[in-house]
Amino acid sequence: MTPDPHDVGALGDSSASATRITPGFALRPEDIALAAEQGTAKPSEDVAEYALRLGDDALILAQRLGHWISRAPELEEDVALGNIALDQLGHARSFLTYAGAAWGKSEDDLAYFRREGEFRSAHLFEQPNGDFAATIARQFIVANYQFPLYRELVKSSDPMLSAIAAKAVKEVDYHLDHSTQWVLRLAGGTDESRRRMEAGLNLMWPFVGELFEDDALTARIGDAGVVPSSLKEEFDRTTGAILAEAELDVPGHPMATGGGRRGNHSEHLGLVLAEMQVLAREFPGASW
Amino acid sequence: MTEATSPESTTPDPAEGAHRWPLWEVFVRSSRGLSHVHAGSLHAPDAAMALRNARDLYTRRNEGVSIWVVPSDAIAASDPDSKGSFFESPQGKDYRHATYYTKSEGVKHL
Repeated sequence: MTPDPHDVGALGDSSASATRITPGFALRPEDIALAAEQGTAKPSEDVAEYALRLGDDALILAQRLGHWISRAPELEEDVALGNIALDQLGHARSFLTYAGAAWGKSEDDLAYFRREGEFRSAHLFEQPNGDFAATIARQFIVANYQFPLYRELVKSSDPMLSAIAAKAVKEVDYHLDHSTQWVLRLAGGTDESRRRMEAGLNLMWPFVGELFEDDALTARIGDAGVVPSSLKEEFDRTTGAILAEAELDVPGHPMATGGGRRGNHSEHLGLVLAEMQVLAREFPGASW
Repeated sequence: MTEATSPESTTPDPAEGAHRWPLWEVFVRSSRGLSHVHAGSLHAPDAAMALRNARDLYTRRNEGVSIWVVPSDAIAASDPDSKGSFFESPQGKDYRHATYYTKSEGVKHL
């Protein structure tokens, strides 16, 4: 059963009042964990594996983006990137909690106690931040991929995947706007900002191909998931339109090998995981 | 984490950037149907980005349903030194308050 976001009782704060600022009501990872505990949310093996891919993408990106906090060109941009990182972390927590329900594992078990080869994220998400323009290029690709993905996933035959996607799509819509605004401004700013935007896109574009590769799982999962290749045409169209407006060329590089969905990663992921997992592994069960 | 392309090496000095981006005043209308209220200020390169930054900085906790941003230099402010002539004149002028007047007999709903 999917928690009804309009059911005040189901989501906790029954003292919510119309005259006070409240957190609002939306599907939270805690609600999914509760449903898993009560045995009302149990994904099939395939659905769990699929949720793991989406969750790992978001988790690794959140970790990457979090690195910008206190390092962005402006305080305001610190907060913007931090917000986007937290949105992604929220999606990751939901997907991982749901995936873990199939295997009796918590979100923390999956985030902190899996090895590199067990992660299913695509290579784009683990790419180093580079300069601000490179991060914007990565965000631009990610948002133009995740937005149609989550929009289609809302129609999933799996009610929990549908509910997670319904919450995520609104947030990713904003990420899309954020990256679009910056691509246009960096491209149309100074010679230096334009040079960096072009360099950033050239750096990140080889990792586009992997996002839209189908495999045995995406073929088996049917109506519960979204066939990656079905999103490619829209991605080409939406990114093409913005790049045309920015008077930038779509990079023509050959695509990188990929393999993230099978656990084959570049040298970057190990470093991300080392930083992300060290505390939980050094002090298992620690809370802070 | 140490990486060859760390942001520090390529990001312009933040203090320098702050001089280039103009200041904006942010007004947020809460969901209670009140008027827009001044929430604070921020830096942004243009109005469109100012609105987005305002969304990120001032509506993180469900505070609002509408945002206005105004260039700070477009706001004319009263002079704090002329407090006497500007704001103290109404003192003692009770007749400017509705409560000064007695209600006529038989008038309801006042």
